[in-house]
Order: sequence, then C-alpha cells, then structure tokens
Amino acid sequence: MIEGLRASVAGREILTGVDLEVAAGEVHAVMGPNGSGKSTLAHVIAGRSGYEALAGSVRLDGTELLGMPAWQRAEAGLFLAMQYPTEVPGVSLLDMLTESVCTPEGAAVAERMSEEAARIGFDEKFLERPVNVDLSGGERKRNEALQLGVLGPAFAVVDELDSGLDIDALRFVGARIEDATTHDGLGVLAITHSSRVFDHLRPDAVHVFAGGRVQQSGGPELADELEDEGYERWTAALPQPAADAGATPFTDPFGDPFADLLA
Amino acid sequence: MHSFTVDAARSLPGPRWLAERRTAAAERFAAADPPTAAAEEWRYSAIADFDLTAYQLAGLDAPFPQDGSWASVNTANGATAAVLDVADGRIVASKGLDELSQQGVRVGPLVDSPDGAEVLGSVVDGAGDYFTMLNDAFAGSPILVDVPAGVAVEGVIVVRHHAGAAAAATFPRLVVRVGPHGSARVLDMQRSAGAALVVPVVELDVGQAARLGYVNLQQHDHRTTQIAAHIARVEQEAALVAASVALGGGYARTRTDTRLVGRGASGDLLSAYFGSGDQILDFRTYQDHAAPDTTSKLLYKGAVGDSARSVYTGLIRVRPNARGTNAFQTNRNLKLSEDAWAESVPNLEIENNDVRCSHASAVGPVDPDQVFYLESRGVPTAVAERLIVAGFFDEVIDELPVRGVGESVREALALKLNKMLRAAA
Repeated sequence: MIEGLRASVAGREILTGVDLEVAAGEVHAVMGPNGSGKSTLAHVIAGRSGYEALAGSVRLDGTELLGMPAWQRAEAGLFLAMQYPTEVPGVSLLDMLTESVCTPEGAAVAERMSEEAARIGFDEKFLERPVNVDLSGGERKRNEALQLGVLGPAFAVVDELDSGLDIDALRFVGARIEDATTHDGLGVLAITHSSRVFDHLRPDAVHVFAGGRVQQSGGPELADELEDEGYERWTAALPQPAADAGATPFTDPFGDPFADLLA
Repeated sequence: MHSFTVDAARSLPGPRWLAERRTAAAERFAAADPPTAAAEEWRYSAIADFDLTAYQLAGLDAPFPQDGSWASVNTANGATAAVLDVADGRIVASKGLDELSQQGVRVGPLVDSPDGAEVLGSVVDGAGDYFTMLNDAFAGSPILVDVPAGVAVEGVIVVRHHAGAAAAATFPRLVVRVGPHGSARVLDMQRSAGAALVVPVVELDVGQAARLGYVNLQQHDHRTTQIAAHIARVEQEAALVAASVALGGGYARTRTDTRLVGRGASGDLLSAYFGSGDQILDFRTYQDHAAPDTTSKLLYKGAVGDSARSVYTGLIRVRPNARGTNAFQTNRNLKLSEDAWAESVPNLEIENNDVRCSHASAVGPVDPDQVFYLESRGVPTAVAERLIVAGFFDEVIDELPVRGVGESVREALALKLNKMLRAAA
C-alpha cells in the first residue's frame, strides 16, 4: 500500500505523489516511458541510499517501510528483483542467503537453493560461485527468481523483468513468480516499459506512470491501449521544465545506461 | 645515543666469522645516515617518528608463549614437516628436524651449517639498506632452511618467531635456500607482545629449476614496530611464490625485493593486509627483471579502517637484457572509514622493448551497490560489509602457496574485521 509517496534523488523531486494498493496474490504492472520515475519508485520502496522519501507512506501488511534500512524491509517481507543485478565478487550465493535474516538460523538453505535452481533451470554450478559474477543477463534474472523462491517474501518489486532475458528464461522466471502469487499469496509490483513481459507474468491491474505518479489505472486491457497508442497521451499533458533554466536533464544514476539507445 | 654500537655487535655470541661479519656491518651502520621521509623509498612512511634510542637489544631469556592460536595454524596445515620456535631470535624448541635431516634437509641454526658463512647474506648483500645492516650486525641466531638439490620436501616447514619484551629490539634472520630442482614450502609466522622493535630479514635463494612457496604471516602486537626486508633471488627456470599477510604492528613496514636473475625465472608476489585502529602498514616492492623470459605477477590487496593507513609503492624494473619479460603489478585498497587512508604508487622502469608490463592500482570504499544488493536480500548492513571485505581478499588467499594456511588467514581477518565493526557500531 503506497500513499502520497513523494521522493527525491540528488535534491530533485522525481516521485510527485504515488498512490497504489496491491493485495496479496495480485500482480500490478507499472508501465511508463523512460525517465518517468518508475525505477526510482522501485528503489525508494527498497530503501536504497540516495533515494530520499519526502512524504507519504509505504506499508507492507501494516508495517511502515519508509525509514527502515533496506535489510529490515527485506525482513518485513519485501523483495526487489533488480533490473541489473549487481556482481558481488568474493561473496557466494550460499553465504549471502545464509546470512539473510529472512532465512532462519539453521535453515537448510543449500537444499532450498538446489530445489529452486531445478524449478527455474538455473545451473547448480552457480550456487557456490560469487553472486552474479560472470553470469549472463538471463542467468542473473534466474538468480533473482531463485532468491525470491528461497527467501519467500510477501511482496516483490520486479524491475524490468524482461531486460537481458531470453524467451526461455523469461518463461521460467515468469512462471516461478506467478506460482508464488498463486500458492504463497505473493504480491507483485512489476515495473516495465513494454507489455512483452505480460505473456509470462499476467497482471491483474495496470497503472500508467508518468511525471513521477500514477496517471491512470485499469485492467490488463490498458496495456493493449498503451501498446497501440504509446505514452504520448500522458506525457504531453505534463508541465514542461522551464526552457530558460539551462539545466541538464536528470539522469538516474542507477537507471538503464542504454536507455537512450533503446528509446 | 642508542645502544646498537660496534662493541655491542662484536660481543654477541657466535663463531669468529659471524663476529667479524657483525662488526663490519655495525661499523657500516654507525657510518650510515638514518633514512628520512625525504628519500623516495621512505615517502609516506612513519620513519620520522622512529626513535632507535627507545629500544635495547633483547635479552636471550624471553619465553615462548604456547597459546592455542599458534597450534591452530599447525593443525590446519595437516602436513607439517617441521616446526621451529624462535623467541627473540633464539631457537627455543623444534620438532620434525630429524626426519627432515634424513632427506638431507637442514633446518636450524645457520652457524651449525658447514657453509653458513657463505650462505648468510648471499641474497641480501647488494640489496641492503640501513635496517638490513642493523640486522646483519645484531641478528642473534640466524636460521637456515637448506633444501639440497633434487629434494622435494613434502610437508610445510613452519618457523614461528616471537618477540617478547617491551622496548626490546630483535633481529630475526631467516635464510631459505632451495637447491637446483628442489622444492619446499615455508610458513614464517611473526608475533610479538608489547612495544617491541622487530627488524626481520628474510633471504630466499631459489636455485635453478627449483620451487619455493613462502608465506609470511605477521600478527604483531599493535604497539610493535616492524621494519622487514624479504629479499629473493630466483635462478633459471625457477619459480617463487611469496606471500606477505600483514595484520599486526603499530608501524609495520615490509620491503620485498624479488630479483629474477636466470632465464625463465618467475616470481608470484602476493599480499593481503588489513589495518585498523591507528596502524600504519607500509609495503615497498621491487620486481627486478635481470634475465630474459622472466615473469613476475604481483597482487597486493589491502583494507584500512578506523584511522589506519597503508602505503604501497612498487617498482617494476626491466633491465636491458631482459627481453621477453612479463611483469604485472596490481594493488587494490579498500578504505573502510572516513579517517582511513591508503596510498598506492606503482612505477615502471623499462629498458627493453620486447616486454609485456602492466600496473594497476585503486583505492576506494566498499562498493555501495554491492552492499545494497546484499541488504536488499535481508543481510544486515554490517554483515554485508564483512562478507564483501572478506571476499575481497579471496583472490589472494586462494593463491597462498602453503595449503591450510588460507583458512587461518580468513579466520584472522574475520576476527579483526568483526572487532573493528563492533567497536564502530
């Protein structure tokens, strides 16, 4: 449940009042063009430093997440599947998940990892290797899904699931997340710029995101409209930054480095 | 006036050749100017605060502490060939020497060796400095590890040095000689209790086509000052892997000279260091390529927290005749706090065109993206930092040439890191 969320990065307000409610077991898609602030939303929810919440509330099963360090948000049941999962040299996946407060002490983490790896076609040889090091984009996304399976969160923010993923991997990963929504009541906020991902992760609701807030909400059919019409309807209505300011456009330091090329 | 005089050197016990050698070194030392921070090789060092008058030559009665931590390293090794315990430069206990001597391997007082007079200084002479002179003059009981030609020593030879008394100066001297086609691995442990001065000199003489693995594990008391020199000479087709793990000391300096003097010689040089509190850890390396087709690979990785400082300066020198040289130098540093400080200065001096050389150096904090990734999986911040810092050293620890010691190093690093993070919390 997100209410009136405003947030800034490097002193500039990016989220201008976000309201969203996702029930357990539901998948909500947040769709928006590059630069709309949707990746910022993911990082503000997860508690990344440098992303400052100015106002509002982000609650998970009644627990206020804002103000908590990132790891306590994870403990409260939050998971962030990153667009570009970070390489962590020298730290094995097993050590990381064993040290997580989400896996109780003495839990059979290694066995759970093997089970999850088998479910999503993730090669077992990666389990003892340093996290994400020398993994392809697709393997990294499978790794995110594996971790989601082992950590068993109540709510997952999934940032650009399909970037770097081949179709096979997308099918496995999408199926794993859907399964968690059906069987474990996982709530999902899927952040995406295109509807390609919906073939494998079916949304219950779609929210159009532009100018740092939700502009319109609807059912899955809204995604089809977007596919046909693009985002212009919403972006054109936004106030344009003053032309005389001479300011350089804001670049999200954690955003897609190739966004310009893809645009 | 300090007490490290020619008379004091002359009066140390030992055979006549050693007394003469000590006297000559003491005379050179007396005539030499003490180093200052103005000299390039002492830049960024703590030499300005060094005061030799604060120390007396250690007596010969220091006990050797038998605490459990020494033992843990031994058992971890599994296959230990011999252990030599040295207190303030004097051998106080040993085991496994008889078995080794049946192979012709001599481990013990250098003065007992028939050619001790030739061996002592055979590597360091010509690469000496102010402090190696001091060691030459005052080393009480030089130790020799002598592996004859063609002999492969299976287990690890462990030498455990302990410097006992506050305000006492000790001058450990270890000479390792591996004859042609021989092989050995040596673990050299250095510890102390109190505000001691320790000036160790290690000579590594790697004969033709020989193999030597050497690990120096320094865990001095935080009040101890150490000024060490590890000098190696590597002959034709021989291979040296030398590692320096530095965890202790108030000011702990290690100068590492590796001279590749025979065609096809190689030297892999590794270091892991971690400074906390107000420690200063200081490393000077010299990769000297003096023959064709020689290879040196240096990887030094360190972390500094609290208000600790580290210094790394390294020089690769390729002499005119050393065509076909491959020389690499990498120094990476993690800065774990605002007040910590790390200096990294790589240098190249290349006098031949047919070479492949590279150097890289970096100083930076723990990557916040990595910390966030772990945190977002529910790993508490302090634990995330500990995992990342510990993992940072893996690249060095995995390559340590003495098997079994890696786990001890990992544990010692983790212990120190936890202590630092707890104190900061």
